[in-house]
Amino acid sequence: MDASSLLHIEGLGKDYSSKSKALTDVSLSLARGQFVSVIGSSGAGKSTLLRCINRLIDPNAGSVVFDGKDVVAMGKRELRQARRRISMIFQHYNLVYRSTSIENVLQGRLGYKSTIAGVLGLYSEEEKERAFSILEQLGLAEFAYTRTDQLSGGQKQRVGIARALLQDPLLILADEPIASLDPKASQMIMEHLRWAVDTLGVTCLVNLHQVDYAIEFSDRIIALKKGHLVFDGTPNELDARAISDIYATPYVEEKVLQEPISETQEEKVLAAVGVA
Amino acid sequence: MDKKFFRKRTLALVGVFVLLMAINVASAGFVGFNPIKVIGDIPHGIVWMAQNFTPSLESFAKIDTILISLGKTILLSIASSCIAAIFAYMCAVIGSREAGLGGPFPLIIRGIASVFRNIPVVAWAFILMFSFKQSEFTGFLALFLGTFGYLTRCFLESIDEVAGGSVEALRATGAGFAPIVTQAIIPMSITAVISWTLYMIETNIRDATLIGILTGAGIGALFDVYYKSFRYDLAALVILCIVVAVIACEAISNYVRRQII
Repeated sequence: MDASSLLHIEGLGKDYSSKSKALTDVSLSLARGQFVSVIGSSGAGKSTLLRCINRLIDPNAGSVVFDGKDVVAMGKRELRQARRRISMIFQHYNLVYRSTSIENVLQGRLGYKSTIAGVLGLYSEEEKERAFSILEQLGLAEFAYTRTDQLSGGQKQRVGIARALLQDPLLILADEPIASLDPKASQMIMEHLRWAVDTLGVTCLVNLHQVDYAIEFSDRIIALKKGHLVFDGTPNELDARAISDIYATPYVEEKVLQEPISETQEEKVLAAVGVA
Repeated sequence: MDKKFFRKRTLALVGVFVLLMAINVASAGFVGFNPIKVIGDIPHGIVWMAQNFTPSLESFAKIDTILISLGKTILLSIASSCIAAIFAYMCAVIGSREAGLGGPFPLIIRGIASVFRNIPVVAWAFILMFSFKQSEFTGFLALFLGTFGYLTRCFLESIDEVAGGSVEALRATGAGFAPIVTQAIIPMSITAVISWTLYMIETNIRDATLIGILTGAGIGALFDVYYKSFRYDLAALVILCIVVAVIACEAISNYVRRQII
């Protein structure tokens, strides 16, 4: 484990019942300022892996050393302190939909607050200014006072990112951040995450279903299959054969998907949806 | 296309209908219930009601007594519903599976709610009369306990339904339980809570009439007195007042619901 390592996972295991294992002996190390994607089919353990890192799920075995401290061994208070520097972004955004964008963003600071200030929602002027400037950076300035249930999917996810950034994270865990979004919004969200890595030096660990996005945006790709780590390498190393192995699909099928089959307008739309 | 599939569907539907009719006939025969005779009796019943059970002009002389009594009953229903709602909400927050404290709490709270909910309000009134005699407080307590059980259950469902995601998100930021309650659970569930509480107020105004007959307080007791002294015109006026009050209450709560969503 070198000095630049932010997160070091060793022998991580989780089983929900005695029979099925969600994660088996997963070990990996993340450097600071890296964009890492996790791919694999549904039920491969991607979400479990992410949630074991901030202990929304308690692992059964192994250690998760974040910024020099083992998260698994932490007590409640310590864990809350560690969580402040680990942001999370969700597939279904998980915002407080009856509150405005700015309120949702400010809630990223709750981990830093005393109980009283947290309960009453008292934020400092500096925190409010930062929240507004982050919203502005993400192009949401005009929606600051809009209730989040009135935003589009892409806008909701940007509020989610703003909330995550206001935490001053060292690590962002993104659990399928674009799985519910259209291609254009997906592109935008991935660009924002990439921007956070490049300019703020945050490390990003992103669960993805879309391999093409993983290849386009990641520095490194990890693949899980039935709870085992089966691939760990650069996007260049992830060739068609590796992908077919990860998803247990025949090699030929991949090729068919990539061929443009569109002739009429309708078919074009269908093809776009299929590829995306 | 499989033609058998559709025929099967139709046959199943007919079968269920025939079965229901058979059950109906069998159970009516068992208790000696004659539906045809009952239908024949209905016009006779309506005529009797029209003759005796209508408010007469002189019965309006008692309207002030009735309205005061009705007002007391409505206020009692509102008070018991609101206080029950507060207690129920606290229990629901603690006992929620998605958002609560976890551990044994979900099971304990669900158990308590279930006990209170499944004992009918009338039974509560009878039980409580031993300790608190015939008084308004007995009625209040009976309504309170029934409402508490019912609302706890409703609130648990509502909180689990709406707050799960945002609670998870705030937990991930390192927030403690109390801030999560005020910043996520309350804003996400408040409309459902108000809606359910309003519904319980309506229900309790109706139930309070029945409880009042037992506990000898409020509008129910007044109805009981008139009814037993053969003043059907007054009893009818009482019922008319209750119906108007309940409809008004429903209209108000519907309006409030529309405004808060």
